[in-house]
Amino acid sequence: MTDPSSRSRVEVRPVRGPAAGPPPSGPVLTVRDLRVWYGTESGPVRAVDGVSFELWPGETLGLVGESGCGKSTLGRGLLGLLPAGAKVAGSARYRDTDLVTAKPREIRALRGPHLGLIFQEPLTRLNPLLRISDHFEEALRAHEPDLSDEEIRRRALEALRSMGIPPTRYRAYPHEFSGGMRQRIMIALALVLRPSFVVADEPTTALDVLVEAQIIRILADLRRNYDTALLFITHNLGIVAEACDRVAVMYAGRIVEQGPVRDVFARPQHPYTRELLRSTISLSTTGLHYIPGAPPDLVQPPSGCRFHPRCPQAMRVCRERFPRATTVGEQRVECWLHGPRELIPDGGDEPLVREEAGVVDES
Amino acid sequence: MSTSREALPVAERVAGDTLMELRDVEVHFQLRTSALARLIGGAGATVKAVDGVNLTLRRGEVLGLVGESGSGKTTLGRALLGLVRPTSGAIRYAGQDIGRLPERKLRRLRRKLQMVFQDPHAALNPSMDLQTAIGHPLRIQKLVRNRAEERARVVEALERVGLTPPEQFLTKLPAELSGGQKQRAVIARAIICGPELLVADEPISMLDMSVRARVLELMLELKRDMDLTYVYITHDLATAKFFCDRVAIMYLGRVVEVGPTDQIFSDPKHPYTRALLAAVPDPDPERQVPRDLPRGEIPDAAAPPHGCAFHPRCPKAFAPCGWEARDLRAMFERRWVRLGEEAYAEEAPLVSALDGVDPGQEEARLPVPSGRTAEELVRLFDAARQEAPDDPIWRGVARVAAEDGAVVVRFHTGVDPAPVPVDQVSVACHLYDPRLRPPA
Repeated sequence: MTDPSSRSRVEVRPVRGPAAGPPPSGPVLTVRDLRVWYGTESGPVRAVDGVSFELWPGETLGLVGESGCGKSTLGRGLLGLLPAGAKVAGSARYRDTDLVTAKPREIRALRGPHLGLIFQEPLTRLNPLLRISDHFEEALRAHEPDLSDEEIRRRALEALRSMGIPPTRYRAYPHEFSGGMRQRIMIALALVLRPSFVVADEPTTALDVLVEAQIIRILADLRRNYDTALLFITHNLGIVAEACDRVAVMYAGRIVEQGPVRDVFARPQHPYTRELLRSTISLSTTGLHYIPGAPPDLVQPPSGCRFHPRCPQAMRVCRERFPRATTVGEQRVECWLHGPRELIPDGGDEPLVREEAGVVDES
Repeated sequence: MSTSREALPVAERVAGDTLMELRDVEVHFQLRTSALARLIGGAGATVKAVDGVNLTLRRGEVLGLVGESGSGKTTLGRALLGLVRPTSGAIRYAGQDIGRLPERKLRRLRRKLQMVFQDPHAALNPSMDLQTAIGHPLRIQKLVRNRAEERARVVEALERVGLTPPEQFLTKLPAELSGGQKQRAVIARAIICGPELLVADEPISMLDMSVRARVLELMLELKRDMDLTYVYITHDLATAKFFCDRVAIMYLGRVVEVGPTDQIFSDPKHPYTRALLAAVPDPDPERQVPRDLPRGEIPDAAAPPHGCAFHPRCPKAFAPCGWEARDLRAMFERRWVRLGEEAYAEEAPLVSALDGVDPGQEEARLPVPSGRTAEELVRLFDAARQEAPDDPIWRGVARVAAEDGAVVVRFHTGVDPAPVPVDQVSVACHLYDPRLRPPA
């Protein structure tokens, strides 16, 4: 891949979602200063630490970052699926409900018809003793008890058909399907209730290249065919480029940069985004590049900007103070390189000397 | 933190003499059958994990074995180290056949033949510190006389893989290491006996994007410093393109295309190779292109397709590719996905005879259900053909005709594709066979 930072500026094309003008209905989901932490013996692990974003109808937001950056915790936190012992603060507004303060019973009622989840491992999520038809009947009966048997069958077959599963397989058991088919069945099961917000957590990671491409195609078509808003969690930047409208880059519990995919990938504003893009190996890779070090321990994250110990452009201020969110075009970025200048103390913009950055855990 | 593949000395990139030679290697696994079935003589199904592979591994090269899960790439890689015995064929290394050596002799050879596993978390014993784990092969191979000597060798290996300062890592347990560090420890264990060949099975697929390049870079450094030869097993075409000198594309136990990396990637020949390349997501949103993906998934290896194993998914398949009765069933399923439930309810009873057809039948005999006519059935095939005229299956259908109370669909005779040399590449596809006439 060519170095995105040195690539000539490309024309920005209209992007779907808020960039193309917000639809009158407003965002499906508004997250403000969301925090999730787990208690451990050595102190709280701040897995998600002050995250804000919006998701609009029919929009796909890619959530990327290295493992241990809080991506999955964020996705599960929004659906009320965190393990016992996790604490949540801030707000996540879905229509009239704040998912953070809502009672478990209220969230349970929303899951299915409003909030959907597509998991990474489809086989562990389908009941091996139930036919595919039973899965659909159970889901539809639980949430839409007035449906007739005929109506249930019609809805289920329609959902399966849109995922390319022939009606001949409706009465089969999960083990009779290949991995890719199972994942399509999972997607069909999530969509049959027509939720307005779906979290897809690494939905293609366990799949082969060709099947992965088929699933990405299906998810990319979702925004055209349904009005579903999708939070697409992945570590694969190629998939984000292919299937998402906007991207949010997570590092150590924070979203350090977000914006339209084309803008962010063509002109990454945060050094972490740029380094992540550069270290991705694609078919056009001619040189190897990597980010030294590893994501930090979230019990005691580094002071100031959490990326400063690994950042090639770190300045003195980066170690001292937490960066302010600023906007560059349509991108929102948390990095002192973008100011505000008046908050940087005298001499704060001098480069941080490596020894000062402290010992970095070698990857 | 960048290195370029081109930075390596030219001599490194020129492949040397033959290190290993594979001739008609087959690894077939017998599926378990019931005791009764065995008594009455019924043989269980056989999975042909590796089904007739011919390859030459040259000293100093990086050979990529690329394919999806179920392609046989891992089984083949394990066979190279004698971890799986071929059911037939020969793997020649240092004047011996690895597949026929007794375990005692194999163990001595393993000094020279080592493996790097996919999951570094599973490849290290969680209760062994690094000195014990990495030094283990030295003790097994009796290459050191005492603890001090072993420690010195482990320190040297740790330095080679960049786990420095080594003294700090000797006493660490795997749980104290990051994923990238664990994989380096696994590599240190693989190189400590001074091997000639490393078989690396998806060595970076479990690692974060940000450290994958570092591990690949390390492997290139080690190759240069220790004169290693690599077999790199992966499903990831992007890293294979960067890392390998030659690539063998595998599908259902066979090598469908093999040749120099630059040729395979700049001018892929086999339709499967083309499909794989088209499926790689590109992180540049400006380069997104609409693409045709092959339908379906890798088939069941216990009942592989007739003829060319890729023909049911191949957009270019034509008459000799091995069409069979099972393909008709798949054709109707695709049709019902497109047309919806009414078509399914109407047509399924007419072709229910296709439900249980055996593999490899070049003729499908469909009895006309009572109350229906043969003409109806023939018309259904006409309608299906008209609705999807570009479906390759129609190139394989020789004729559809009513014959006493049944409709018979006859396919062209299928031929097993043999490797054909094209440029510097060898490709097993009828499109390149001058004796067969591909469609214009």
